[in-house]
Amino acid sequence: MTDAGTPLAIALTNCAKTFADGTKALEPLDLAIHAGETVVFLGPSGCGKTTTLRIIAGLEEPDAGGKVLFDGVDVTHLPIEQRNVGMVFQSYALFPNMTVAGNIGYGLKIRKVADAQVKARVSEMLAMMQITKLADRRIDQLSGGQRQRVALARAIAVRPRALLLDEPLTALDAKLRDTLRLEIDSLLRSLGITAIYVTHDQAEAMALGDRIVVMEHGRVAQIGKPREIYQRPATRFVAEFIGTMNRLTGAVKNGVFTCKAGSLAWSEAPANTTEILFRPEDIRVAEGHETTGLQGKVAAAFFLGDRTRLFVEVGEAQPLVIESTARRDFSHGDAVGLAIDPRGLLVL
Amino acid sequence: MKRRGLFLLQLGFTLLVCAFLVVPVILSMLAGLTVNYFIGVESGLTLRWVMEVWNGYRETIFLSIGLSLACLAVTLVLGVPTAYVLAKRQNALTRTLEEMLVLPVAVPGLATALALIVTYGSLSGFRTSWAFILVGHVLFTLPFMVRSVLAVLSAIDLKTLEEGAASLGAGFWPRFRDIVLPNCRQGILAGSLMVVTLSMGEFNMTWLLHTPFTKTLPVGLADAYASLRLEVGSAYTLVFFLMIMPLLLALQAFAKPRPAKFVAEETE
Amino acid sequence: MRHEVRRLILLLLPAGIVFAAFFLLPMARLFLIGGSGKMGWAAYTAILTDDLYLSSLVSTFAVAAATTAATLVISGISGVFLQRHKFPGNAALVAMLTFPLAFPGVVIGFMVIMLAGRQGLIGQVTQALTGEKLVFAYTIAGLFMGYVYFSIPRTILTVMAAAEKLDPKLEEAARSLGASPWHVLRDVIIPGLKPAFISAGAICFATAVGAFGTAFTLAAKINVLPMVIYTEFTLSANIAMAAALSFVLGIVTWLVLAVARTAAGSSVAAAG
Repeated sequence: MTDAGTPLAIALTNCAKTFADGTKALEPLDLAIHAGETVVFLGPSGCGKTTTLRIIAGLEEPDAGGKVLFDGVDVTHLPIEQRNVGMVFQSYALFPNMTVAGNIGYGLKIRKVADAQVKARVSEMLAMMQITKLADRRIDQLSGGQRQRVALARAIAVRPRALLLDEPLTALDAKLRDTLRLEIDSLLRSLGITAIYVTHDQAEAMALGDRIVVMEHGRVAQIGKPREIYQRPATRFVAEFIGTMNRLTGAVKNGVFTCKAGSLAWSEAPANTTEILFRPEDIRVAEGHETTGLQGKVAAAFFLGDRTRLFVEVGEAQPLVIESTARRDFSHGDAVGLAIDPRGLLVL
Repeated sequence: MKRRGLFLLQLGFTLLVCAFLVVPVILSMLAGLTVNYFIGVESGLTLRWVMEVWNGYRETIFLSIGLSLACLAVTLVLGVPTAYVLAKRQNALTRTLEEMLVLPVAVPGLATALALIVTYGSLSGFRTSWAFILVGHVLFTLPFMVRSVLAVLSAIDLKTLEEGAASLGAGFWPRFRDIVLPNCRQGILAGSLMVVTLSMGEFNMTWLLHTPFTKTLPVGLADAYASLRLEVGSAYTLVFFLMIMPLLLALQAFAKPRPAKFVAEETE
Repeated sequence: MRHEVRRLILLLLPAGIVFAAFFLLPMARLFLIGGSGKMGWAAYTAILTDDLYLSSLVSTFAVAAATTAATLVISGISGVFLQRHKFPGNAALVAMLTFPLAFPGVVIGFMVIMLAGRQGLIGQVTQALTGEKLVFAYTIAGLFMGYVYFSIPRTILTVMAAAEKLDPKLEEAARSLGASPWHVLRDVIIPGLKPAFISAGAICFATAVGAFGTAFTLAAKINVLPMVIYTEFTLSANIAMAAALSFVLGIVTWLVLAVARTAAGSSVAAAG
């Protein structure tokens, strides 16, 4: 515990949200967030993830019947300014009329902290985010990455009970996103603070989340550790939203799955299986001498340096995606044998 | 070069338009300082007419200044919160309200003034005080304040900025003081200049609203134009120009928005 | 959230009360008084049935329409020119053209007298050239001149703002397709500026219909509606007729602005 207050446990019970225009943004939701963990809300736009975050923050109230509990205390009707949560906005919401230091110290000034203490805390934050030299800059003199750091510093400076981040990296370019993702990760670990992170980027979710809440159409599709979500997706939506998923359609008979591309021995196949799913890393192109039950034709091959991404036509609606590390040149139309690791097979 | 000819043609035209606007201003300023305008500048320059105006009409100058400042105070108190609400909620209701607020500008001042007279003219204490004129000026200038502030508030992401401040613990009044007001000062300033300038020059309503004891500068001007010699009218106009010129220049300076700065992404 | 709505209503309240008490209520009263005279509610149709009022309505509209047309042409040419060509002195020209923005009508009337009055510049020049002194300040031509003077600054500002948003690439594209300057003007610039022209034109028209100060300064025998209303009110003490006429005048100007706003599809800033 270096910096934040006591970590906060957050619980939502029966929280739904219908907007004034009648749109149902969130179906009734129950969710428990443990003290000190980082939970990522992941989903496409319009899935309800930001609405859920805003309900937790106190920027929206849930429909009647919903409750938000902070450490067991009902805060449903408490506005955000009385919840003591830190928030980082997608557009940062930095105050253009204040300097960097003014922004970071604002929450403390509101709390009537003595000037000297505000100053000390601001310098501490500036040092922590490595932006000390920017202290007196105006906001419009900062780059995107610098703004992001100021926004984080400002949210943390007040020692909030929980940190809420609404797509904080979306406005940045890819390379900077990677750097800052790492920084945010180590920051959250070192603070030990309860954090809720909203994103539509599955890589961010995987990297940062202790647990991930995957959402779709205002509902929770799955809650779990990143590994569970990836390896054991609960629904087709989760399977396809996270990572790449290959699909073969066919039928099972006597432990053998048969499809247009050929057949595949799978002793554990559930009866009545008509479709199998698997990740690109669970399928490979057979070596020349190998014999395999599945065949396909290369539709496209993209050399990516460390590997080659192959799209292999197998008579399905979508070609299979295969990451090949083989030192081999593929060209359009090559016939290839395919080997699938049965441990990676999923039926949903 | 065909394009060059076109350019010169347009430039010449524009210079003519400029002359149309500026020459009478210069002529009237000159006339106000000339001993006898009928003879011309040869008759000599004098401050006699300006002094005559000062002696005869200085109350109108003070009244107009006082009136415009009072008008500014009222429009600030009424207009800034209104603009805030209109920026905050953009729906059919607030659009209708905005529309209605502009009515006193769209409707001729004569009509508004008559309406005020038939409604409140019998309250003689009110009718004969300068507050009666102030009411008209506030109606007429309020939309300019509201629009000017609203334009700035609509250009910034007010909602998120306020949410940001709220997330740091700021309640409504601290937010209004620390975030809303400082971030719309550009609009408040431009609106204020506009309000003062318009109030100084308002005639359409004031002519009907004024009494012999509440003559504003434009009312005095109309008086002078109608009944006094050209030189005095000119001198009076000169005084008026000197009063509103700084305001107009300031307005022009603030009308231009600051160009956004380009900030390069830091390299790491 | 309900709390917030209450707060917003509270913030609107002061302006709302002032507006209702000093504008809506008086306007309603004006409307009632308009129908309370000798003619009764017929006062509202008198503007069309009475020859005197009708002729003043026609001349008011005529001078307003002429003002609008002239102002749009003048401001269109100069506004686009100043926006397109940045040369030394450009800023000074813009400053001079927009400077009279907030001149009151009375002062503008005086400017017309300085130009076309009995001791005016035009009179002196024409006398020197032809021996005949041209004086037209106190006629409807003088009023027209004053209204154009009044309308140019704000119209130029509107045109310049619209021309700035006009993508120069459209013009370049048209030229790349072989369009002459005339075609570029007709097919690219004027259509691009149309919304600005409509809104600025509506303001010109509405202001010219309702303005009083300029006509008052030029006085004499100019028979425009605001002068008629003023005369009814002060000289004839016919308050009901003055009320009815000014109410109709208000409706007309408001309608012109409202129709233009719909046509232009953007907000039409109010006139001064």
